Amino acid sequence: MGNWIINHGLTSFILVVWMGINIFLFVWFYLFYDLGDDYYYTRHLLGSALAWARAPAAVLNFNCLLILLPVCRNLLSLLRGSFVCCGRTMRKQLDKNISFHKLVAYMIALMTAVHLIAHLLNVEWYNNSRRGVYDKLSTALSNLEDTDNTTYLNPIRKTDVDAQQTPTYLVFTTIAGLTGIIITLALILIITSSMEVIRRSYFEVFWYTHHLFVIFFIGLVFHGAGFIVRKQLTTDPPHNFTLCKDRIEEWGQIPECPLPKFGGGPAQTWWWVIGPMILYLCERLLRFIRNMQTVQYRKIVMHPSKVLEMQLVRHGFKMDVGQYIFLNCPAISQLEWHPFTMTSAPEEDFFSVHIRSAGDWTDRLIDIMQHLPEGAQGPKMGVDGPFGTASEDVFDYEVSMLVGAGIGITPFASILKSIWYKFKTSNPKLRTRKIYFYWLCRETHAFEWFADLLQVLEKEMEERGMGDFLTYKLYLTGWDQSHATHAWVHFDEETDVVTGLKQKTHYGRPVWDKEFEEVRQENPSSVVGTFLCGPAVLGKVLENKCAKFSDVDPRKTRFYFNKENF
Amino acid sequence: MHVLPCRNNITVSRSPVSFRVFRGAASVIAMGKIEWAMWANEQALASGLILLTGGIVGVAGQFRGWQFAAYAIAAGAFVCLLEYPRSKRTKGTSVERTGQYCFTVCVKSFGPLTRNYYVRAFLHAALSVPAGFLLATVLGCVCLGIASIIYLAAAIRGEHWEPILPKKEIARKPDDSMKNPPQNPPPRPPPETRRKRVDDLEGAGYDNPIPVGE
Repeated sequence: MGNWIINHGLTSFILVVWMGINIFLFVWFYLFYDLGDDYYYTRHLLGSALAWARAPAAVLNFNCLLILLPVCRNLLSLLRGSFVCCGRTMRKQLDKNISFHKLVAYMIALMTAVHLIAHLLNVEWYNNSRRGVYDKLSTALSNLEDTDNTTYLNPIRKTDVDAQQTPTYLVFTTIAGLTGIIITLALILIITSSMEVIRRSYFEVFWYTHHLFVIFFIGLVFHGAGFIVRKQLTTDPPHNFTLCKDRIEEWGQIPECPLPKFGGGPAQTWWWVIGPMILYLCERLLRFIRNMQTVQYRKIVMHPSKVLEMQLVRHGFKMDVGQYIFLNCPAISQLEWHPFTMTSAPEEDFFSVHIRSAGDWTDRLIDIMQHLPEGAQGPKMGVDGPFGTASEDVFDYEVSMLVGAGIGITPFASILKSIWYKFKTSNPKLRTRKIYFYWLCRETHAFEWFADLLQVLEKEMEERGMGDFLTYKLYLTGWDQSHATHAWVHFDEETDVVTGLKQKTHYGRPVWDKEFEEVRQENPSSVVGTFLCGPAVLGKVLENKCAKFSDVDPRKTRFYFNKENF
Repeated sequence: MHVLPCRNNITVSRSPVSFRVFRGAASVIAMGKIEWAMWANEQALASGLILLTGGIVGVAGQFRGWQFAAYAIAAGAFVCLLEYPRSKRTKGTSVERTGQYCFTVCVKSFGPLTRNYYVRAFLHAALSVPAGFLLATVLGCVCLGIASIIYLAAAIRGEHWEPILPKKEIARKPDDSMKNPPQNPPPRPPPETRRKRVDDLEGAGYDNPIPVGE
């Protein structure tokens, strides 16, 4: 339990608070509409469907406020910067932004369904009362019209439409109905195109459809402007429903029972969403300005195995280790932005990315670079960023366990380079005493550039007598018998046959229990940061291991888990 | 790794090996196109559920014209069943929905009717029409209409439904010649010389007089 609190405590706390606010809003507004005197007559027509429509509406307001915040990446970067004082546990929460965005979206979908069903019932009940299906009071209330001294309660005014088509007619002729249909459609399209299979395989479909959110928010702001849900207004003399509900014939005749007046509540939604909408607008404006800044190519290198390295320079660009940037190449697509982890160190006078051929966009970029004449500048490139993720914290831990799987080693290139530079200048910022680096990949072929980097680092450290500072282990997961035999034959040689490094390559996956136990024994009283850049499945495994091997005793070894998001 | 002293020194360096690799990559670009049917499938499945929900609300609330809601229940359920098994992607890994195998088999048995996306586009368009007569099912009607349009786009682009079936393990039978154990004791000459030896007496001495095996 203690281990669990160390690693998941704050996340769970935030979720509990979020869920708590949702439940509170639902219950509060449910009771408000279910017990409020102002809504007595409205309830008489609609029953509990009134409260069932209004309570989800309140929850929807709250969640629509939240949904834009986690995708404001510049805002998150700013927050991360100002949370330096509050410690890493707080900052780590900001890395789970997309998970939170999804969670809020699920809540919006659920609440939309409830809100919609309740309103379907409401419209039907209104239609029935208007056509005198229910008791006398319902009919009398429904017959009230907008005149000089009366106001309507039942929004269905026209009765010359076919009875079955009246609800549809009402919905398509009122602001609330029409905006409701439009934003629900936008929401449905957004949801169906965000399914894992679409998002992963056809990013463009997901990306463009997601921009229906503009329609969604415009519709949302105007949705409440129709004043269709109406409450009783205070009249002079007051109309007391407990007294008057049974004396319909005498309404307006006796002073105790004047004709009741009704009006809509103020449209509240825009109060909730206007703030995030402005924030998001600023965010997009900032991205646009960043796109306008000119970016110079310093060097374009083609590595073997479809890897393109671009070294770029932009005026006033400042980065940290393990950060990522968004790239936009107008020659390929005006609107698409793609995230890439930077592989250069902050100490270098340029920033670089390694781009592997992995889809339409990357393939076309590589193709353009292929056809560049020798020595020419590349196509115009927009750069947004840098944005931070957890690996910035690497130097804060005494001991760091870095796990990179496949292309996921890219952020660690930046970290290892930076360590190299910090060593050279004996930077006091470097708190790290020891680094364990695990590199898992199917085939090292695609990452020869990385093996080069490790080789240089290894040599440098040995020269300075710091050989035990960096322990790295390579795991080749996609090996066959020929690999094994090859390694067997060359067993006595000093360097590895695959990578040319001092450390021998392991074949197969690491046994994490063994690795964690080893780290714990070598560092009996340290705070260990575990950093992963790789598949989610591995993330789950490492997260569990971190919890398992952490000690509640603050004097003993504790493991903290950090994950890069993609 | 090594920081070059000059900032504006732009070099495009390519190793000849990598260049050869990239020639092949250029042809890949045309293949990685969007399969619209994948989105149409998600949209249609969602429409089916919305239609079903709207239908249940309409029937349960005994709305005016609840017969249309009853129709929507049937149509929604039918669309869900038809759309539940996801198609195989033309490129890359196909992800199945949980337990879609038996649905795949059923849908596959209709042959060209379920394979062709033009059929689906017109089927969905036709199914959505009656649902437009009742407010409770209007949303499902519009959603299914959109799904139909996306399917039409997919069909025009030449896509079609392909079942995801588990790969059949091709059982490797040993060759017939391997059934019997070798008749001659080693060392054996190559087969072509062996056949000739049956004729001459000296070579026949290599034949084993007693059958080996069984």
